[in-house]
Amino acid sequence: MKLNLQFDFLVDKEKNTITLRREFAAHRQLVWDAHTKRELLDQWFAPRPLATKTKSMDFRDGGHWHYAMVEPSGTEYWGRLDYIQIQPIDHYTARDAFSDANGSINPDLPRAHWDVTFQDLAKHSLVQTIVTYNSLNELETVIKMNMKEGMTSTLERLDDLLLTLTK
Amino acid sequence: MATYIFVVKWLHNKLKTTFGMKLRRDPFQAIADPTRRAILVLLAAQTMTAGAIADNFATARPTISKHMQILSECELIEASQQGREIFYQLKVDKIKDIDQWLGQFRKIWESRYDQLDNVLSNLQTKKDEA
Repeated sequence: MKLNLQFDFLVDKEKNTITLRREFAAHRQLVWDAHTKRELLDQWFAPRPLATKTKSMDFRDGGHWHYAMVEPSGTEYWGRLDYIQIQPIDHYTARDAFSDANGSINPDLPRAHWDVTFQDLAKHSLVQTIVTYNSLNELETVIKMNMKEGMTSTLERLDDLLLTLTK
Repeated sequence: MATYIFVVKWLHNKLKTTFGMKLRRDPFQAIADPTRRAILVLLAAQTMTAGAIADNFATARPTISKHMQILSECELIEASQQGREIFYQLKVDKIKDIDQWLGQFRKIWESRYDQLDNVLSNLQTKKDEA
């Protein structure tokens, strides 16, 4: 089953934001649950073949989700999403971060702000995720450095690898 | 963002093992540091000596040297001898790598959302059966 679902990917270089808009063939409540319940997040959040493992989830304003992305070999990459404001089943905001297995945030690595909105789209739903780089203007830096197209072999290989992995 | 870096790190490891590629340092990690980003921005405008670069920072010179060394190891900058002086410049090809950032970021989300489609489809089937 391959549905033709809307997917927008917009970059605002002035505001340092990336906006993702994706349609899902399910009711809003279900899509909300999939974004906010640990047992469901564990089933999709890490891109294959990484697996998601939730250590703790406290889905409320000021709470956080502490999880790991786990390689097939068992290596774990820990992350933490801190919830700022939640309005079921419409909207939530959060800040992502690197952490360790104990949930301590790594202050040396960049964090992004997430603004996630859920809407009805007839029988489907639309999720808009705006990712903002507030503390770190990587996006701006990248653009300042005048980097346009151009594929280096490293990243071509990364692309190929990603393609085979996602198939 | 964190997710993106996890995946890139993991892919770098994978590339090392799969293709025997040498990635001594992760360029994405290199630009995570504000001083190193500032050095890159300086060098984006012109080639400079280590001394001229250090003059732009209040930080001690050895610290700046350390940052320069990391940037060199990542192959983001390179040194060339001109007379008695050593000038640093951006290695444009390598820096183009970082431009793939957005493309990779997009792919990660695509892959993630495809998985979410499956999760939702399973949930709906369960609901219909209930």
